[in-house]
Amino acid sequence: MFAFIIRRTIQAILVMLIISLIGFSIKHQFGDPVRDLLGVSVSEAEREALRKKLGLRDPFFTQYFRFLKNAVKGDLGFSFFYKKPALEVILKKTPATIELVFASSLIIILGSVPIGIFAAIRPQHWLTKVFMGLSLIGVSIPVFLTAIMLIYIFAVTLHWLPSYGRGDLLDLGFWQTGLLTLDGLSHLIMPATALSSIMLPLFIRLIRSEMMEVLQAEYIKFAWAKGLKRIRIWFVHAFKNTLLPVITVGGVQLGIMIAFTILTETVFQWPGLGFLFLEAVQRADTTLLVAYLIVVGAFFVITNTVVDIIYVFINPMVRITGKA
Amino acid sequence: MKEAWLQFKSSFFLYSFLRDPVAIVSFLIFLVLVILSFLAPAIAPHDPYDLAAIDIMDAELPPVWMAEGENRFLLGTDGQGRDLYSTILYGMRTSIIIGILAVLLQAFLGICIGLIAGYFGGLVDNFLMRLADIQLSFSTLLVAIIIGALFQTAFGVEKYEDFSLILLIIIIGIAEWPQYARTMRASVLAERKKEYVEAARVIGLKSGRIMWRHIFPNALSPILVISTVQVANAVMSEAALSFLGLGMPITKPSLGALINAGFEYFISGIWWITAFPGFVLVILIFVINLLGDWVRDVLNPKLYKH
Repeated sequence: MFAFIIRRTIQAILVMLIISLIGFSIKHQFGDPVRDLLGVSVSEAEREALRKKLGLRDPFFTQYFRFLKNAVKGDLGFSFFYKKPALEVILKKTPATIELVFASSLIIILGSVPIGIFAAIRPQHWLTKVFMGLSLIGVSIPVFLTAIMLIYIFAVTLHWLPSYGRGDLLDLGFWQTGLLTLDGLSHLIMPATALSSIMLPLFIRLIRSEMMEVLQAEYIKFAWAKGLKRIRIWFVHAFKNTLLPVITVGGVQLGIMIAFTILTETVFQWPGLGFLFLEAVQRADTTLLVAYLIVVGAFFVITNTVVDIIYVFINPMVRITGKA
Repeated sequence: MKEAWLQFKSSFFLYSFLRDPVAIVSFLIFLVLVILSFLAPAIAPHDPYDLAAIDIMDAELPPVWMAEGENRFLLGTDGQGRDLYSTILYGMRTSIIIGILAVLLQAFLGICIGLIAGYFGGLVDNFLMRLADIQLSFSTLLVAIIIGALFQTAFGVEKYEDFSLILLIIIIGIAEWPQYARTMRASVLAERKKEYVEAARVIGLKSGRIMWRHIFPNALSPILVISTVQVANAVMSEAALSFLGLGMPITKPSLGALINAGFEYFISGIWWITAFPGFVLVILIFVINLLGDWVRDVLNPKLYKH
């Protein structure tokens, strides 16, 4: 168990090293830190002097280790466009994305658990068929199209909801939240719905198929034979065991969700990380782009590692034998 | 040839196809969409790539059944005065070509890597599969967006647009190979232990031959199962990339690029530039997904999850 956590952590660090190496090669290849610092209107001699001073003439790996050392200290370079340290820019935009992902996850969990369970225990019910049909349509509609449709219906036609931005924010000092103001919440509804629109059907289908498989298991038949209450069999015996694969897949889906924040935030001009990333691409702000890669990469690696470790904790089969 | 046809005619595959109305209808719709898009140069009333034939005065005309619609333009025109119906046909062709070629590329990469990992095992297997895991944990779409962004930075926007078709195929191909590699590896592992492989090895055949001529054909059916859904995924990824401005340029639009172009006009009530390509895109992905579900049920009744 302990050995597993250590092994998994070492693996996570290795992956982070690979990501940082990729990130650094991009920066090394395409970035121009001299331009980032001085702007474009400075003489060639001064540039050369600064290049020497910054150590840009050093061998690749010397520079890479310097980059790594700075990155560990939290210095990911200087954004050309924002004239600020890249990490600072990213941290400032993070709350917006976290709130969006949080709201969507809430929608996904509250939607997929009841519907998935219902579809599994009543496979022949007409509602199940409607849900399954809708979910297949749901996975076929790209997120950005859902977002556009929502804007057209609720913002352009009905004028019920605002179509872009985050609205009024409450400043908590380290965190600007839109969750505590009515205006902020009304801005959140459409982006969160759009972001959850592709994951919700996936989770409904996943929970349903896992639960249907569990319901076929011997121990469930035994529970029926013992005469346990239906509610107990469904929710305690069956659903608990359905959660295992759902958590593993859920960890992976979180990554997919980050990818989709880029699309959702672009459509709604949501001032978060995804929007920032696309702007950085358009402005060729390499430092910011690489910083985004590293921050998001770290986020993935940490969630995946944590999900793996949680999995071991809640799965008695793995817990006892100590193998994953 | 005739034998193969007879074999196909009496196969379970065809039998179950003919008994499944959903499969038949979705296959027919898919076929119609493919034929329409590949006949685009012949049947489209206008040529959207011919700059001389486009008149900016025709821009933003609504579909024919609306008050200001003109008979020349069945579904209206886009922001540059191109006939939307023709542009959609050409765009769908681009989307389908990218989707299929990208899947062929991922299948090739994934099958090779999966075969090697599954057949040799050990350290090679460990390394390749960890690589696949890492890439999958980042999600294929994010990897595609990042590679797209890098290519655009590396080549510059103009050059990227010139080669966007090939670049998109490469991007989506690289982003999605782990799906195939994993599937291939799993079925190679199952096949490797069987007696015919042992026999082939005892005869003294080379590993390459055993892999390609003996194991590969027997490990093929799970590959077919995921291929259909992969085409839908590739079409979707292409649309997403184009929507973000990392895909096809507006001069040679795919469905995603058209939706993106229409989005500017959308807020001012000009809905058709986005709505029609969007509708076609959803139908295309939907029928491929339906076919994918059906193929999975037929070829692999046991593997019904995920």
